[in-house]
Parts: sequence; structure tokens; C-alpha cells
Amino acid sequence: MQLAGLGSLVAGAAGTRRFHAAAQEPGDVLTSHAGHAMGTVGRVSTDRFNPTTYLRSWNFSHLPPGERARFYRETPRPDGSLLREYDFFAVDRELEIAPGVFFPAWTYNGQVPAPTIRATEGDRIRVNFLNQGSHPHSIHFHGWHPPEMDGAFASQQVLPGQRFTYEFDAEPFGLHLFHCHTVPLKRHLHKGLYGAFIIDPKAGRPSADELVMVMNGFDTNFDADNEVYAVNTIANFYAHDPIRVTVGRLVRIYLVNVTEFDLVNSLHLHGMFFDVYRTGTSLVRHDHTDTVMLCQGERAILETTFRYPGEFMFHAHQSEFAELGWMGTFLAEAGPHAT
Amino acid sequence: MPRSAASAVAAADGRRAYHAWLLALLPVLLLAALIAVIVRTGPTASLRPAGVPPVERLSILRVELTPEGFVATVLNDGPDPVSIAQVQVDEAYWRFTADPGTELRHLQRATLRIPYPWVEGEAHKVKLVTSTGTTFEREIPVAVATPRPGVRYFGVFALIGLYVGVIPVAIGLLWFPLVSRLGRSGIDFLLALTIGLLLFLMVDAVAEGLELSGALPGSFQGTSLFVFAAAAAYLALAALGASLGRRRSAAGSGVVLALLIAVGIGLHNFGEGLAIGAAFALGQTILGNLLVIGFALHNTTEGLAIVAPLARADGESPPAPVSLGTLVRLGLIGGAPTIAGAWLGGFVYSPIWALVFLAVGVGAIAQVVVQILGQMTREEPLGRYLTSRPVAAGLLAGFIVMYATGLLIG
Repeated sequence: MQLAGLGSLVAGAAGTRRFHAAAQEPGDVLTSHAGHAMGTVGRVSTDRFNPTTYLRSWNFSHLPPGERARFYRETPRPDGSLLREYDFFAVDRELEIAPGVFFPAWTYNGQVPAPTIRATEGDRIRVNFLNQGSHPHSIHFHGWHPPEMDGAFASQQVLPGQRFTYEFDAEPFGLHLFHCHTVPLKRHLHKGLYGAFIIDPKAGRPSADELVMVMNGFDTNFDADNEVYAVNTIANFYAHDPIRVTVGRLVRIYLVNVTEFDLVNSLHLHGMFFDVYRTGTSLVRHDHTDTVMLCQGERAILETTFRYPGEFMFHAHQSEFAELGWMGTFLAEAGPHAT
Repeated sequence: MPRSAASAVAAADGRRAYHAWLLALLPVLLLAALIAVIVRTGPTASLRPAGVPPVERLSILRVELTPEGFVATVLNDGPDPVSIAQVQVDEAYWRFTADPGTELRHLQRATLRIPYPWVEGEAHKVKLVTSTGTTFEREIPVAVATPRPGVRYFGVFALIGLYVGVIPVAIGLLWFPLVSRLGRSGIDFLLALTIGLLLFLMVDAVAEGLELSGALPGSFQGTSLFVFAAAAAYLALAALGASLGRRRSAAGSGVVLALLIAVGIGLHNFGEGLAIGAAFALGQTILGNLLVIGFALHNTTEGLAIVAPLARADGESPPAPVSLGTLVRLGLIGGAPTIAGAWLGGFVYSPIWALVFLAVGVGAIAQVVVQILGQMTREEPLGRYLTSRPVAAGLLAGFIVMYATGLLIG
């Protein structure tokens, strides 16, 4: 099915809503059109990992305060910045990446993508890393840091059962990522060892509804080709559970591409345009578009404001990725201040 | 011997028989105990560390194309249970329903209904993703609607069977008057030609059978099934031939031989019909007309093979007169199975049955060849007979005719 088909899915969903009562539940976009039957069958359990929670979580904010303190601590420094201290561990864990499909992942803290690290420019980052996995691992951060904190060289691999503490200043502001840098790289990356690393400018960015989206893929049969594509791991998750946003409120998407095996990935948002800040290192927008393409390891901050209420599809504009799970929807609802 | 002594001996015999039975049962009981122990303790589990995925093997046996989409028949061919988690069509996840379910035990089947808008004449690929992420796929090389059993397709397949099976064989039979006027070396040439034709068919069927057995799910042990089904068919036909020979000795061995050849060729044509029907069902009959012409030419020679032994003088006496009714019967036995095969192949094609029928055809043909050779060489050593000029020429001509007409089938 081509993208015209995807478009008609949305048209179908919208059409349905027009003819039925307004109180209808947000449509399950994959099944709402009788003529099309694309997408995965069934639902993934969110007991271990909930992509909706992940969207708006950073620095372990999804945990209750007591538990959060075990993984994340803030200490003010004399210059007014913060020392942000994180406890990360690598662990092998089986993840349900599409309904009924279980992937033997390597994870940071039991989830893929890893918990998001977020700091302000000039903060000090300290990550205590314990490797509880079955293979050597490391954490390689994108951003300024001295070479001994790089985690890429053979001498910097953390063997199973061992620890290492990464410490560096959070620079420059922008959207970065971290990932394991142990060889074989492709395997250590696509098995799930990656996460988003946000550094806010000192003055901050305008207030917005902020969402973290990591475009990833899973090679479930290990033939160097992905069987499942997704944003935030679970195929078609946001097609079943739309991302709820408010009409008229600024939405900021922190978009990271860690897809392995495919050269590029992309995000296309229906019925909308957005500003693109490549790598987020400048406050001046690079582009105003509805489709952005990112290479492996590349990332961008996208900003937009929903103008109309209703459901908006978003997906990779590589139709193949979209049809293999990288497709979801936003549900824009009228906000309290909307006119 | 006193009566009591005799009964004592009988009792002793009875006891001995009882003991013998007990002893025969003991290994069976021990075997059952051994299996129970293996099942209970699972000694191989220690070789399979935790986290190693199960051995998963799925075979997509058949994909039907309906206006609503695909209907795939899936078999769990591996030792461990398999759970079908998702279905991809042409690299897109697609909705599906599974009957009776997605969890398949060893050798269990499921029918998957996938409402995919397939495109006529184009290729598609169905891929199953299991719970461990392992994938199994099957290609649909040319998408055409699978024929449904109905008056129209029954008619079409009957017509094709008629064209490639019944009519060509009947045409071949029409050479009978000519054949019956031939002299000794002419008959030898013709019988040798028949053997050449049959051997060619046999080699062809063996090659096809081995290819098919390779494609069959491993659990069905295709190669062994093929070889032993062929052997069984050979033995069954040999027994049939012997009993027919006894009953119909008055009718002359030529008629019996012709009947056996007709049965052998009929079984072979049944397999051929299966292949044609299946090719049609699988959308491979875009080049259908050439295929039908090729089979028609090919099979005309089979009619000749049936009549050749009728013309052979039986011992010292001249060949017995053959009635038109006998010829028609022989023609139907040889040709009509093509129609039945085409129906079966088109509507309920199963690679396992196709393999069995191919094997039966091979066994039947082998038996016929042995039978003809036996009758031809009654008084001569086989080697000298085969190298005599008319026989060698006939064999060669048989191979060449089959090869040339086979080129058309491709």
C-alpha cells in the first residue's frame, strides 16, 4: 500500500468521526477503515515500558520520588549550575517490540530507548555505569568531553560485572544521544543500547509540550535488515494510543535517529508544518517543512503548533518503514484557551 | 503315554508360550518406561541453556488467492511449538486471523486469512513473524485468483485433461492397424521405442519427485516417501500383472501387457494432471497454450506405447484380434486420469500427495518396462537383445521423441 493509502486511512477515520457522535473514543487508525487492514495485530503489554510515559520523561521523572533518587540526584554547584548524577546499568532483557514478538534486547536500565538524560548547558554530568549484561558494554556520549570519557576505545570497554563513571560538562546545548560503543557496533546498537541526551540552553527554550521520539528498528531474525520499525520501540504503538496534544499550544519534538542497517530515516507529519532545528544547537530554525530526514545518529528539534483539532498521522516517509510499524497519530484536542 | 502325562506336556507347552509372550512384551514395557523417563527428565534440556530460543520451523504449504485476500495454510514442521505473532505482506504488517489459532504444536496446521489487496499478475511475498522474531516466507510469483471448485473450472480442467490426456492417447491408439501389420523387427523397434518413451518419463518423474521432496517440509521425509511409494507401486502392479496374466491367459499376454502399460501410463498421467492443475492454480499458466500443446504431442506417443504389445505375436500364434471396445477402454485407462489429476491439482493441491502420485507413476512405469522387456527377450540374453539393431534404434528414437516434445513443455 502506498502513502495515498495511508492518507485515505486518515480520511476514513476523520469521515467516521464526522458522521458519529462527538464523544467517540479516538479512533484506532489501523482498523477504522474497513477497506484497509494494515498494521500489527494485537496490543503490546505496557507493564515494563510505556511509550506514552517515555515521551514526556527525562532524568527518571517517570519514577516516584523515592525510587527516582536511586537513579538520579541533583547537587547545586557554586556557579549556580547543577551536578547531575545518574545511575545506569546495562542488562539483557527480552522486550515485546510488536504484539507477540519478543526481542532479546540489551538495554540500559531495562528499557529501550534508555531513560533520557537532560541537563542545562554548563551542568556537570556524572553517570555511574554498572555492566550487568553478558557482554562488555560502554556509554559513548555525543557532546564535548575529554577522550578518557569517550567509551569508544578498546581499553574503555566495561566488562560484565564492572563499573565505570563518566563525568563531563554538558556542552553544547542541543539534542544529542548516547549509545554503547563496543564492537561489533551494529549489534550493540540495534540490540537496544541507546538513548536521548538533551542539553537545554542556559536561557531555556520557550515553554512547550515536549516529546522525546527515538526512531529505531529491530532486526529480529538477525539478517542485517529490520523486521520492525518504530518510534520509541513498539511498532504502531501511537497508532493505537495517539499522542494527545493541545490545539494552539507549542509542541516541541526531540527527534533522534538510531535506526541501524538503513541509511536514513525520516518523520513526516500530516496536515502540518514544523520548524526544524538541526541538532538543536542553534536557536535559529533551519527549515520549515513537513518532512525531515535524519542520517544514522543524526537528530533534530521540531517545533509546531496544532491548528486544528482531530487526528494527525505521522510516520517515516520511507513507506517500507511506515508499513513495518513506524506510524502513529497525534490527537489534537481543543485546549482551555483555544478559541 | 498316559493321559495325565500328555496334559502335563500340554500345560508345559502352554506355560512356555505364555513365557515367550511375556518375554516379548518385556522389551515393549521397558521401552515405554525409557520414553517416560526421557520425557520426565528431559536430558537434552541440559544441552540447551536458558535463553536459547526454541527450534522453530514453519512451512507455508499453500496460499490461496481470493477476492478478500490470501488464505495461507501453515504447518509447524519443527519439534517445538511455534507462535505466529505477526504477518507481513510485501514488507508491511498486515491484519490476519488464524484458525484454529496462532499457537501451533508439532505438525499442527493453521489457516491464516489475510485481507490483502493483491494485484493480479504481480508478485507478492507473505512473511510470518514468530514470537521470537524468526521469519518464514513464501513467494507468490504471479498473483491470480485461485480457482474455486465450480462448474466452470470443472469444465475447464476436464477440457485440459481431455486435450492433454485422453485425446492424444486415443490418437496414438489409432496406429494400431498399422502396427498390427508390422513384421518382427518392426514390432521390436516399436516396443523398444515404447521402452525408450517410458524410461524417459520415468527419469523425468524421478527428477521432478526429488525436486519436490526437497521442497517438502522435513517431517514428511520426502525422499524416503518418494522411493518407497514407487517401490510399493511397483510391487502392487507386479502382483496385479501376475493375477491378470493367470486370469486372461486366453486373451493373450499382449492384451495383459497393454492393460498394464495403460495402468502405468494412467497413473503417470494422473501425476501430470496434478502438475497441470496446480500450475494453473498457482498462476503459472500464463504460457498455458504451449504447455498444453507440448503435453498433447508428448502423450500421443503414450497411445503408441499402449498398442505396441497388442501387435506382438504371442508365441507362435499371430496377434489376437483386438476389439474397438478394448482399445477405447485402454485409452480411457491411460488418458482419463489426467482429468481427475487436473481437478485435484487445481482445487486441493498438496505437495505431499503430488509427491506420492509421482512416485506411484514411477513405480508403475518401472514395472511396465520390466514386463515388456521380459516378454521381448524370452529366448535371448538381455544385453544382446538390447544391442540388436531395431531395438537399439527404437530405444534411441524413444528418447529423442520424448526429448523433442519435452522441449515444448519446457
